[in-house]
Amino acid sequence: MRATVHVRLKKSVLDPQGQAIHHAVRTLGYEGIREIRQGKYFEIELEDDVSPERARALLEQLAHDVLANPVLEEYWVRIEEESE
Amino acid sequence: MRFGVIVFPGSNCDHDAYHVISKVLGQPVDFIWHEQTSLGEYDAVILPGGFSYGDYLRAGALARFSPILGAVREFAARGGFVLGICNGFQILCESGLLPGALMRNRGRRFVCQFVHVRVEATDTPFTHLYRPGQVLHLPIAHGEGNYYCDPETLAELRRENRIVFRYCDAHGRVTEVANPNGSLDHIAGICNRERNVLGMMPHPERAAEEILGSSDGRALFQSLALVLAVTARE
Repeated sequence: MRATVHVRLKKSVLDPQGQAIHHAVRTLGYEGIREIRQGKYFEIELEDDVSPERARALLEQLAHDVLANPVLEEYWVRIEEESE
Repeated sequence: MRFGVIVFPGSNCDHDAYHVISKVLGQPVDFIWHEQTSLGEYDAVILPGGFSYGDYLRAGALARFSPILGAVREFAARGGFVLGICNGFQILCESGLLPGALMRNRGRRFVCQFVHVRVEATDTPFTHLYRPGQVLHLPIAHGEGNYYCDPETLAELRRENRIVFRYCDAHGRVTEVANPNGSLDHIAGICNRERNVLGMMPHPERAAEEILGSSDGRALFQSLALVLAVTARE
């Protein structure tokens, strides 16, 4: 089973990297882009004997304790469909 | 009195800290590899600056899982003195020994320069030899030194006088221009509630001798040595 975790700075926290990218993108002439916020993305492969419920609990814990810093960041855990 | 300097893979100010303790203070000091699990014989430990684990994931984020951090937690809980400088401050925040976090600098750049900081709290074992409001000339060198915490934590830090250093200008005025990284409330260093754990972004160990351009950092180490000397006599 595969899972993904997205981590990004909370909306209330300034994202200077996202702003820099946005600025560069505007300079390049891309139009219609209001804001860019940069985040992190983790692809996680779980062992076969882990149930989806267990995987969710495990990854919520992992995201909270390791992958994100909850002072600054928020995260989403997504368990993907089992590969055929 | 025995000092320890913790060495993580990627620490690069460990020798500077060691030098200050051994040569400037003239006190015994050891390097402590991060895989050690005990701090039994030490009275004060320094988490030095650098790029532990290459700053992977977030600055300081992986060092907090080093075996030595368990020992640092116990050491701090029984009143041992812990000083985190730069990356050491980031590790202390990531590990929860100090509140808040250090974000990417507001200006996005790695900032490497001398700055002024004002001593805001002298009732700590690290700063009691300074005058309240004394302006220190210290170097900084970091990409993630922009201190952030939630409003409740900030209120608590202020109420308990735990903001130990603020960025300021040469005259001690706290201004936006004098804030090199966008830190909340111009914070350059904070301590824990018990006041035995200090984290700071500026490098006092790189400014403890005149030949380095400033010796303003020396009194921080002397403060600590004096407290340890007095404690040892009691």
